[in-house]
Formats: sequence, structure tokens, C-alpha cells
Amino acid sequence: MTETLPGAAPNPLDEAAITAAVDQAVAAIAAASTLDELKAVRLAHTGEKSALSLANREIGALPKDQKAAAGKLMGASRGRVNKALADRTAELEAENDARILVEETVDVTAAPRRRRAGARHPLSTLQDRVADIFVGMGWEIAEGPEVESEWFNFDALNFKPDHPAREMQDTFFVEPPEAHLLMRTHTSPVQVRSMLEREVPIYVLCPGKVFRTDELDATHTPVFHQFEGLAIDKNLSMADLRGTLEHFARQMFGDEAQIRLRPNYFPFTEPSAELDIWHPGAKGGPRWIEWGGCGMVNPNVLRAAGIDPDVYSGFAFGMGIERTLMFRNEVGDMRDMIEGDVRFSEHFGMEI
Amino acid sequence: MRIPLSWLREFAAVPAGATAEDVMADLVKVGFEEEAVHRPTEALQGPIVVGQVLSLVKEPQSNGKTINWCQVRVVPEGQQQTLAGDGIDASGVQGIICGAHNFVEGDKVVVTLPGAVLPGDFRISARKTYGHLSAGMIASVRELGIGEDHDGILVLSRIGLDPEVGTDAMELLGLYDQAAEINVTPDRGYAFSIRGVAREYAHATGTAFTDPASKVQAPAALSGGYPVKLNDDAPIYGKPGCDRFVARTVRGVDATKPTPPWMASRLRLAGIRSISLPVDISNYVMLELGQPLHFYDQDKLSGEIVVRRAVAGEKLKTLDGKERTLDAEDLLITDGSGPIGVAGVMGGAATEVSDATSTILIEAAHFEEVSIARSRRRHKLPSEASKRFERGVDWHVAHIAAQRAVDLLVELAGGTAAAEGTDVGTPVEPVTVQLPAAFAAERIGIDFTEEQILTSLQDLGAEVVRNEGGYAVTAPSWRTDLETKEDLSEEIARLVGYDKIPATLPVAPPGRGLTRVQQQRRRLVQAFADAGLTEVLAYPFVSKAANDTFGVPEAGAERKALKLANPISEEHGYLRTSILPGLIEVAKRNHSRGFRDLALFEAGTVFLPGDTLGTGSIPPLGARPADEVLDGLYDGVPHQPLYLAAVLTGHDSPASPAHTPRSWDWADALDVARLAGDVLGVELVVSQGQHQAFHPGRAAQLSLRTGEVVGYAGELHPKLLAAHDMPARSVALELNAEALFEAAADVIVARPISGYPVATQDVALVVAAEVPADEVLAALREGAGELLEDVSLFDVYAGKGIEEGKKSLAFNLRFRAADRTLTADEASAARDAAVAAAHERTGAVQR
Repeated sequence: MTETLPGAAPNPLDEAAITAAVDQAVAAIAAASTLDELKAVRLAHTGEKSALSLANREIGALPKDQKAAAGKLMGASRGRVNKALADRTAELEAENDARILVEETVDVTAAPRRRRAGARHPLSTLQDRVADIFVGMGWEIAEGPEVESEWFNFDALNFKPDHPAREMQDTFFVEPPEAHLLMRTHTSPVQVRSMLEREVPIYVLCPGKVFRTDELDATHTPVFHQFEGLAIDKNLSMADLRGTLEHFARQMFGDEAQIRLRPNYFPFTEPSAELDIWHPGAKGGPRWIEWGGCGMVNPNVLRAAGIDPDVYSGFAFGMGIERTLMFRNEVGDMRDMIEGDVRFSEHFGMEI
Repeated sequence: MRIPLSWLREFAAVPAGATAEDVMADLVKVGFEEEAVHRPTEALQGPIVVGQVLSLVKEPQSNGKTINWCQVRVVPEGQQQTLAGDGIDASGVQGIICGAHNFVEGDKVVVTLPGAVLPGDFRISARKTYGHLSAGMIASVRELGIGEDHDGILVLSRIGLDPEVGTDAMELLGLYDQAAEINVTPDRGYAFSIRGVAREYAHATGTAFTDPASKVQAPAALSGGYPVKLNDDAPIYGKPGCDRFVARTVRGVDATKPTPPWMASRLRLAGIRSISLPVDISNYVMLELGQPLHFYDQDKLSGEIVVRRAVAGEKLKTLDGKERTLDAEDLLITDGSGPIGVAGVMGGAATEVSDATSTILIEAAHFEEVSIARSRRRHKLPSEASKRFERGVDWHVAHIAAQRAVDLLVELAGGTAAAEGTDVGTPVEPVTVQLPAAFAAERIGIDFTEEQILTSLQDLGAEVVRNEGGYAVTAPSWRTDLETKEDLSEEIARLVGYDKIPATLPVAPPGRGLTRVQQQRRRLVQAFADAGLTEVLAYPFVSKAANDTFGVPEAGAERKALKLANPISEEHGYLRTSILPGLIEVAKRNHSRGFRDLALFEAGTVFLPGDTLGTGSIPPLGARPADEVLDGLYDGVPHQPLYLAAVLTGHDSPASPAHTPRSWDWADALDVARLAGDVLGVELVVSQGQHQAFHPGRAAQLSLRTGEVVGYAGELHPKLLAAHDMPARSVALELNAEALFEAAADVIVARPISGYPVATQDVALVVAAEVPADEVLAALREGAGELLEDVSLFDVYAGKGIEEGKKSLAFNLRFRAADRTLTADEASAARDAAVAAAHERTGAVQR
């Protein structure tokens, strides 16, 4: 590359020689293609033994009247070289930086996953979602025990002893039978507890696990989840029940959701109704789907909680969370919700 | 309840073309849910006609069987065959091979012609067999799907028929009829009858209704019949077990006469098997009028019939041939010989009607609901009769049903009705309910007109008297469920239509949002999911062994747990006291499906019974129990705290380029457990733990500052893992979440943040190998005093340079003052104090 042999110093007043040295240096700088080469060029053309340094050193020996001219010439010449050096350094550094970045390129599609979110069970997420809708309406969430006194599960809810309705709910009983304990067959005992423990007016939603002696199959499970609502106030009517259910249905299934009430029987409500929902997004096309039961609270239930049925009335409703999930999110088989296969929860992630 | 449409049409205006689906669509409006459709034509298609056997040639076969080669006329003589099709002979006579031998030349039979389809997709065609072209089949009742009898073909004369040749046999046998099956709710016993459903159909469609009871001419009074005495000396809830007993006698009955096809067809569609003419008649009348009947062979009765409670230990052989030991609460029908039936549930074998019976005594009684329900449950004898009695039968229909049975026995079984009869008992007093004028409107939210109220109630059969306050309503005798004004409001709403109810949204008073515990629970569950664990929900049913292992730290101790009286399976007969057994089952299930790297958790209830378990009795319904009774109920319910558990097995992540997955280890379990503390703001004190489910050296016990143990975390015991077929080194944790919730501070008080510089000091302390690091750390913290901001363990070393049986623990101490920059001397002095405290408490020596 640039070979600068030590030699005699050029005369600092010899403009042509100096310019030649500068040109030579600038050309060498431009020719340097790496920072290392540039360093060598810098040493050769601006180092102590370089022509320009030697020439510069000669200025001191010049007569006084020539010093200024020589100084001016040398200053400008060295300035040119230094600028060329600085410019080339910046260029090469930028090139170098860019090259390193290119070299550091990775295949982002082959990235490892070191940190993953887990997943909520959709039944649990859906339960939260339902609770949030009612909390937004000013309702509160009430809870109670899963093993319950027979009185709260049946008698307080106007299930007469020996009445066939008691057997409709295939009950798990806890030993010994004389303790009158059972696994709650619905979350309605929480309604009774709420009425006993709270002041009217009462607007509560009771979500939770319930138990019936069904064998597990595609549509049945001995352990499932319900949410039940209870409102006790003055002058509540079935129209209020309908309005509440309609509002809730639209939160869950969109503004086009509609509900339908059909006469039915439950010991704890009178009148009682079966609740169907018009599900516009149902798999296989829009249709009515059986969703739950509801009705006006039977006066005997109010009496059991010490509430005067001549002053207060109330409505109640209850739906299955599994069932809701089945038709809202197209879960075809109940067993998927029960077995704990990680694929089921993980597919939903944190949402429903 | 299954409703044959032909039967319904007798009493309600069902349009001619209406299908079972149409009928169900109407009935659902008044509260009867659709269950199923029963339609024989779905499995059976013609041409199926009446044929007459012209000739029958017996042809013995080489396999030892003899077959009949028959010529069967299938169109009336002299007429042409109008059917066309492959295998149908234009002459009107079909050649048919038949293997049965219960018929002779001249018999009229059912011929399934080529082109017919029988149940089981059995397609009839002409085919070559036994050297002939057999063009059709002579059918048995079983092949037609109308009976079980497969011994021979159906000879029509034997069921009392002599139809013209060529008649459509499907029409003849009622096979074009169909039934709608509806669900009847337990309050509507009356709807377990054609009578009740026809009335409801009329309500639903606004059409006319004829009461089947009105078509029966029953004498107003009966006397001189078989002696019957009602003698209940132990009524349940003060109600006599039997308050009416009608007995009628029919003599000269031929019990072997066939059941006519129209009756057999309706019974079959209603889901009841045809047994014999007398039995069929009793079932037919029950289905039509809702009154269960029992027929006795009167010649086998001895002396007066007495309806009474059983004497404990008395025995009765019931119709099903089983000997039953009776309970003192069972209501019995007895005669001079002793028990002859469990009232309303099942009759006795000794007095049963048989083919030889000629005198039948008909029982049409009214039994009390609870008594029947208890006997049925006690003897596990659900029957059509008990189903109706338990739900309530119309007191006033008994003598009508008895008369209907008499009429049918006379008409079909050739009997003669005895003029005398028995009718004893006391009528049920009708209840009159006062319905305030505005009540229904207020309860339902529809402004009912007076006419709507009156018409609805009268359509039900109620007597309504307008009075000053509203209406005095006397429910019809078959509606024992109508007892209150609320019941009446439902009936009005039901008949006017629930679809007329408007929607209004009531506004709840301002609420308080989620409770603190509800928020804590959500945060906890969400934090575990966010940390990479997957939430699952396992059943709470576990084995005794699982509770004894996971529910109690000391091996050999028995875990007090709740046992189910009727578990799904004996091996899962207990309620869990720990979440872990369920999680391990779920983990194994995932393993078997090919998922080996798992981090599962569940937050769920565990059941921890104390000394009190339930209450010896429960208060009655319809009234608030006294405070002390309520307290007893509350206290009797076992403690059921929320627990949080996790199982981690395999690796923390899948292998990928530039990433080596790490096996979950004991520290991960502890880490996840501590996360729960972090999330709730509860400090968990970690100490070396001993729990039989965990590795004895690799488990942490987690406690609150108060010393209360709230859980364990670490590696599961290797033997337990092996026994459960789980991968070695699987880890787990379980925490009493409820205890954590309670321990969380209600309000967190802020601490001032100092802006002065930190002074850091590291110390290496040598202690005996068995000294827990946490103990040394705690000593340092206390000894360091107020200037200490934080202290942490950053290295543990044992080996070269450290005495055998000892270890070196390296701690980083951070000092800071609130009001000044610390000098090096101050920091050193604090460090020395910390080290001194550690030395004093744990024997630590600075390295």
C-alpha cells in the first residue's frame, strides 16, 4: 500500500513537494479499506517519520520571515490530511458497525420460548366473566359451602320431604345419614344463606360447584358449576326477571341475543320458568337453546329466611356454566372440561 | 309421558294432519318439555297386507328342518292385484316359504310383500330359497316390532280379527299412529294421563276439550260390594294412607281373550307392554284417566279387605315373584290371609289375575302421596301406579275409572258386571284460595284483564267467585298442586302465555364490588396462570388412602375425612382433604396422552370435618328456624377452606435451538409457593419440612410469621411417585389459601424511601452443614439493626478450604440510613453486629 520510506525532509516552503506529499497521503487514506489499514496509513503519513512531520519540524530552522508562510502551508496541508483521516475513519467505523450487525443476524423464527404464560381453566374464566357482568350491575357475589346441610339445600327451598322433586336432583349424601349433610345439588343454598345473612334489598349472584350422582359422559358430569342470581326487593315481578336475564344474555351473547320463558316447575319458585336463549352464533345456525331455570321466589323460601312475603318479592335464576361454555364456545364433549387435558385449558389461555 | 295421537284426538281437537312434533310444539307452551317422538313407520314400511293361506306344503329339508311352501292370497278373490313391483304377483297370490308351524291352511296372516321394510332395516324381496321363489314373508309380531313373541307367525284370528284379505295390515294394527313423549314436572300428577294432557292441549291451542271422565256412566253410589275397611292407625304427617277405596266385581270373565289391536297399539305407543287382556285394561284405564287400578282374582280373596299399616317383619310375595319384608310404615292391602299388596306400589302374587281367573275384583283407590313415595323407595319398586300416586291422583275419578274398567271387561273379556259395588272413604276437602284482584298482575308484570283471569282459571276447571278483594278460587279436584295465590298467578300467566311478559330491568342498590377474599382468590389464580402454570379442575372424590397420605404430614396417621354414602365408585368414596391426589391423576392422564412436561395447578375446596358433623334433625320448611337452631345448622357444616396446589413434572419448557430446558426441581415448587405469598403480600417462613408425601430431605414447610403451618413444597416422595407411576423428581406444593388470605394485611403502610447512598458489605460465614441458611440470614437481619436495608444469600460453598461437615454461606448486606450518608465505620459496625448475632445463634464464624 502506502510505502513511505524515511528520507530527507522536504522543504516546508516547497509547496509542490508538500502538496505531493499531501496528495499521496490523501490517496492512501482513501485507499484504506479497513480500520487497521487506515491506522497504518495514518502512521505512515502523519507519524513522526512521515514526510509531513519531518517537513513541519524543519519550520523551526527557517529564518523568521519565512516561518509564517511555511507554517501556513504546513498547517493547511496537515489539516487536509487530518480531515481526510477523520472522514475515512468515520466511514470505516460506520461500515464496520453495519457489518457487525449483519453478522449478528439470527433466525427469529427459530427462537426458543423460555417464558410462557400458563392458562386458566375456561370454566373458571367464564365464572369470572359472569360475575363481572353482575358486579357491573351493582350485584354482589355470594358464596357458600359445597358440603351443605340438607335444610339449606332442600327444606329451606321448599322441597317437601318425600316429594319426588327431591329425587330429581340425584344427591350425594355424606355419612352418617343422620347428620343430614349432603353435597349441594345446586347453588341455591347460598341464596338462602344470603337471605339470612344480608339485609333486604338483596341482589346477589352465587356461582360455584355443584354435585349430582350422574355418570360422566359427553353431556353429564357428577361435578359441575352453576351460577344463580337472586333479587329480593319490593315490587319485583317476572318482568324484572325477564329484563335482567335479557340484559345478561346480551352481555354474554351479543346484542342480538333473545330469551324465551317456558312454564316449568321448581319447588323454590312460583311461577317457574325454563329459560331458552336465542343464540344467533350457534353452531349449525341460529336456534333456541335451553339455558337454565328461573322464577319468582316461592313465599315459603322467603319465610324460611325470615323475610315477609307480603312486603317483599323476589326472583331467582340459575344456569350451568359447563352448558354455557358448551354452546357459547362450541365445546362438544363435557369430558374435555373435566379431564384436565392441558390442551383444553391452553387453547383458551387467559380468555374465553 | 307418551301420548298416542289417536288417543289424544278422542278428547282434544288435534288437526288431522298434525304430527307428534306439532303436538309437542303446542304442549311446550304450557310447560311440557319435548322428550321424543315414537313413530312405528320410521322403522316399518309397507306393503304389508292381510293374506289368507290357500295351501301349505310341508317340505322336509336335508338339515332336518321342515319348511312350509305356502300359497297366500293377498287380494280379495276375484279382484286384481293393484300393487306393482318386483316380486309382486299379478295374480294376487304369492308363493312364500315359511319356517313357522303355528298356522294352517285358511288362516289369515300378515304378509310383508316385496318392497316392505321391517325394523332393523330388514328389506323384503323375492328371493330363491329351498328351491322356490319366495316372494314375501309371513310375519311374526316380533318381526313387525310390535311384540316379543317369536314362536310363530301372527295368526289374526287369535287376536280376535277376521279382516278382509288385502286389508292394509299396518292400519289394522295401529302402526300409522304415533306418540309424542313429553316431560311431566313433579307438580303435575294429573298430566300423567290422556285426560290431563288433552286438557292442557286445549289450553295451549284454545280448542275444545272433552273430559274422558264425562263419557263414563258411573253410578252415583255403590253399595253391597266386596267388604273393605280403611284402618290406618299410623298416618304419616297426620294424613290417612287411604281415603277412598272403590271395589267393583266383574264375573264370568275370559282372561285369555286377546287384547284388541287398537288397545295393544296405544299401550305399545305409550310404552307399556301388552301382557294379558285384564292387565292391559287396567293399564289402559290408568293411562286414560290417571287412576291406577289393581285387579284381584276375587275367588282367591278370603274375607274382608283391610287397608292398614304393616306389622314390622310381615312378608309378602309381590307380582314380580320376590318375597319382600315389610316395614311398619308400609301401607298394605290385606285380606283374611294377610298382606295381598303394597298399596299403590305393587300387588301380591297370591291374588294375581291369571288365565284361569273368571271373577275380577277391581280396586280403584286413592292413596296418600308420601306413604306411597316412601314404600316405593324402601322397596325400590318404581311403578306406573306409584309414579301417579306420589304426585297426586284425582280423588273424584276413582269410581269413574272403576266403571271404565268394568265396561271394558264386559265388552272385551265377556264378563258381566255385578250390580253391587263398594265405595268407602272420605272426600278430600277442596281448598279455596283468595286471589287479590291485582296480585297476578303485580307478580307477573302483565296487566291482566278480569276476563283473562276468569277465563284462565275456569279453563283449568277451577270454580271462581268474584268477591270484594278479588277472586275466591276453588281448584279442581285433580289440581292438588294449586294451594296458594302464587300458584294461581302462574296458571294465569301460563295460560295467557309467558311470551306476553314484558322486560324491565330493575336497578340494584349501589354494590360493594368483589369482596377482598374474592379479589385475593382471583389474583392468586391469575398469578399462577401468568407464571406459566395451567389451571385444571379435578373431582373432589378421592380414596381413603389418598387422604391418609396427602392430607396429613405424619405417616400412619389417619386423616379425618368425609365419606360419601353413595359415591360414584367405592375407590373414590371420600371427599378430598388435599388437592394433590386429583392433580396427580390429571398429570397421569396427560402423560398417557403424550404430555410429559407439565405444570398444573388447582385452587379448590377441601373438606375438613371437625368434631361436630351435621345436625340430628332439620327444621321444617316454610318458617325461619330459631337462632339457636340456625346456629346448629351453620356449625354442623364442616370446614371447607380453599386450598391451592400445583404439580410440576418434566421440564420447564420445550427444547429449542440455543435453549436447554431445565428439569423442574424442588426449588421450583418452593418458588411457586412463595409466589403465592408475594402476590398476596404475605411473608412465608420456610423451614425444613417433614411430610410423608414429600422427599424427607427436599421439602419445605411453609408457615406464617405466627407459626401457623400453611403448606408444603418440594419434591414428592420417590416411593410415592413410583407407586403412582409418576416420573421421578416430580415436585409439588400445596397451600392453605384461606389462611394466606386471612394473613394478608388489610392496609399496607408505606415506608419512607431514603435517597442517601447505599453501603454494601459482603460476609462469608462458616456454619455446620445442617444449619439452615434461612436461620443464619434471620440472625444477621436481627443483629444488623435498623440500618440494614436488605440481606440476601448469594452463595453456598462446601469443599476445599472448608472444614468437613461445614459450609460457607456468602451474604450480601445492604445498609442505608434515612437521614445521612453512612460512614464506612458505621456500616462495618452494623455488619459486625450482624455477624456476632449469627455467631451467637448459629455458631457462624466469619471466614
